[in-house]
Order: sequence, then C-alpha cells, then structure tokens
Amino acid sequence: MTSLPKLLVIGGSAGSLDVLMQLLPELKPEWPLAVIIVLHRRTDSDTLLSELLSTKTTLSVKDAEEKDILSAGCIYVAPSDYHLLIEPDGSLTLDASEKVHYSRPSIDVTFMSAAEVFGSRLSCLLLSGANVDGAEGLQTVQELGGFTAVQDPDTAEVSFMPRHAINIVKVDKVFRIGEMIAFVKSLNDDNRVV
Amino acid sequence: MMENLRHLKDEDVLLLLNDLLEQYGYDFTDYSFASVKRRLQRVYITDRFPSFAEFRYRVKTDPEYLVYLMEQITVNVTEMFRDPGFFQELRKQILPVLATYPLIRIWHAGCSTGEEVYSVAILLHELNLLHKSVIYATDINESVLEKARKGIFPLQYMQQYSQNYQLSGGQQEFSRYYAANYEYAKFSDMLREKIIFAAHNLVTDRSFNEFQLIVCRNVLIYFNKDLQDKVLHLFSESLEQLGFLALGAKETLRFTTVAPLFKPIAHKEKIWRKIAT
Repeated sequence: MTSLPKLLVIGGSAGSLDVLMQLLPELKPEWPLAVIIVLHRRTDSDTLLSELLSTKTTLSVKDAEEKDILSAGCIYVAPSDYHLLIEPDGSLTLDASEKVHYSRPSIDVTFMSAAEVFGSRLSCLLLSGANVDGAEGLQTVQELGGFTAVQDPDTAEVSFMPRHAINIVKVDKVFRIGEMIAFVKSLNDDNRVV
Repeated sequence: MMENLRHLKDEDVLLLLNDLLEQYGYDFTDYSFASVKRRLQRVYITDRFPSFAEFRYRVKTDPEYLVYLMEQITVNVTEMFRDPGFFQELRKQILPVLATYPLIRIWHAGCSTGEEVYSVAILLHELNLLHKSVIYATDINESVLEKARKGIFPLQYMQQYSQNYQLSGGQQEFSRYYAANYEYAKFSDMLREKIIFAAHNLVTDRSFNEFQLIVCRNVLIYFNKDLQDKVLHLFSESLEQLGFLALGAKETLRFTTVAPLFKPIAHKEKIWRKIAT
C-alpha cells in the first residue's frame, strides 16, 4: 500500500444534516484527507444530497461509485440502498446485502471496513440520530487504533445515537459543535499524510 | 495494537478462500475482498468459533457446513420489482421489442432466491408473451435455487412488493399472482412453467445458449475489475445481435472492455443493447 491518504468518516442520521452543513465549509482547498459521509435517508434522494452538500464546500463531492479510489481532498457520499466498503487498495465497493440496524447504507459497516484498512490513519465522527447504528463500528475503529468522536448528545437534534455510542464505547472525544468545527479545522493543517 | 480474537486477519481470509478453491472449486479470489471478509467475519462471530483454526477445520471437513457457508458468503438479498423504474422500462420499452421474436430467451444470472425472476415472468404474462418465453434463472448457490424453484416468499413482504409492482406500472391486483398460506405467499405455477432454474458459476462456467435479454443485477459489484470484464464478455458472447443487457442501479459498462460492443438504451435504468456487427 503506497499512497493512501488518511481518512475521515462521518456518520449521521436524523438531525445530522445541519451539523454537516456547518462542518463542510471548514474543509479548505488542499484538504489532506479523503472524506466519506454515510447518512441515513430515504432511498430516492441520492443526487440531491450530494448537490446540497457541495454548496457548502469547494472540495469535490460525489456519490461514491464502485471501484472509485479514495483520494485526498474528495468527499464521497455513500449512495442510498447500498453499504459502502473499502478494499485494501483504497478502492470502494458497494454492497447490496442485508440492512444493518434497519439501515442501508449502515454507518457500522463503513466504520468497520474503514478500520480494517486504515487502522490508526482513520478518524470517525458520529453525529445526531435516532438509531443504534455506528456504536459497534466505533468500537472496532478504536480497537484497530483509529480516532473516535461523537457529537455531544446535549447538542444533537436527536440525542439517541451519540448517547448510545457513548454508553457502549469509551470514545476519544465528545464534541460540542464548536469543538467539532475546531477539530475539523485542525485537520486542514494535518501534513502528516504518508 | 492488542491481538483481537474476534477479528479475522486478512491472512486468515486468504487461507479460507484458498481452501474453498482447492478443495471445492469455488473461486472467490476475484471477489471484493472487503465484502467477503465482512461476511466471513460475521459467520465466524455468529457461530462462536473459539479460534480461526477450528473455523477452518469445520469448513474443510463438513460438506454440509460448506453449503451453509456458501449461502452466507454470497449476497442473497433481493426483492420483487426492486427499482420499479427498471421494471417499468422492461415493460414499456424492452419486452415489446422482444415481442417480435417467435421465441424469447432470457437469462437471469445470479437470480438468488428468484424474486426478480418471478417479477419478469409477471411482466411477460401481462404482455401476453410468457407462453413463448423461456427464462433461464441461474445462481452459483444450489440452496437459493431450491428456494427460487418453490416460489414461496414471506407474506410480510407482499405489501412492499405490491407497491413496487404498482410503481413499475402494474395494473392488476398483485395478490392474484400468489396464494397466501399462513406466513407465506406461494406464487402461481403458471409463472414458473417457463422458468428453468439451474446452477451456473459465472466465474468458472461457460456460455450455454444465446439470449435476447440478459438480466444480472447487483452481482458485478462484488467482483474485481478483471472478473467484471470476464463476465461481461461471457454476457456479450451469450447475447444475440441487438440483444439487451440489464445491470444493477450502480453498475456500468463504462470503463470496461466490452463498452464498445454496446450502446446505452436506458441510461438511468442501466440497460444496454448489443451493437450489430
């Protein structure tokens, strides 16, 4: 494995879109990581979501396609009705298998798959939501050396998902929205990209 | 990093895949590694093996367990009239073209438990074409084919399927196609009469006929680029001139070596037509 960028994966469900819209403007040009966004949503809203997100950033936002190779400065949105997995060579696989926690895409699936490939070069953020998705994935991310953070449930529009994660995983950080923005900002200067 | 016993290592997965190939002839080496690993991982945890060595031993020594494992590794999630827009395109644009042939031959590759095959049979029936059609429905897995042959699906899904059917342009009462019995819906024998279910492995088996339509949805996404190309050539060879190829919503011929042999017919619904040469 030669030149895989570091990876940030953001998972969200109900009430997470607003937070994302606040985070994305902080991703400056020359952003040194690849970003994957996994959002629960209705199945027919694909292009809309990436179009909406792309209004908030100068980076390229695209619906993830199978065999896309993760590259720095790109934002990949997991398409509806498919799980998103990552191959050892950094290419993407779409997977139409069973829903996980009633969800496809599932945040757990992408967190876990990313952890297998990226290990300590992975950061995962779990945002607002009404589902248990994401918690188990954060556990794996942590076990494999990645950085784990969740939105402070008190600041989340729907607190259930981040609270559930905090209850079962000893996450590295619990971020209020301002702290999360600061964290993302700090990644701009992250030049330890191998 | 601490050794984590719940995690299969990449080397473990490669060992198992090698066993499956050498001992049983099932070749998963050109499958998406991430997807196969995830599914093996799930089986490993669910079946509570104390160690990878015991998992491997079971696979190597227990043929019944192998059948189960095969079903677990391959993805068998499907539904009737999944992506209604696709079935509407078949109904309105593609099947009427095929209506001009004296005998319509369709190959449904990777049919899993058969939900989409029965969906196509319903379309053919409503267009009054089923009597002169043959659908070859194939899958690598004998156990899912057994389910497909029975045509018995959980009753709880019928509401969703009925809705999909209507969205795809269906005008009938969907329930006329099955008999409800306790928790199951058994689909009419009339639909099954023209379907031939058979085991076929896209990785190793060859073409077996010529078709006017090949349907293979959400199968290629699990293959690496080389295997995708190989299978697409198999499809191309198995299609008549001007035959149609239908793929899944996120699959494409773009960037593949067969792309010059086809022209897109319904871009969004992922249907291509083989160019006459």
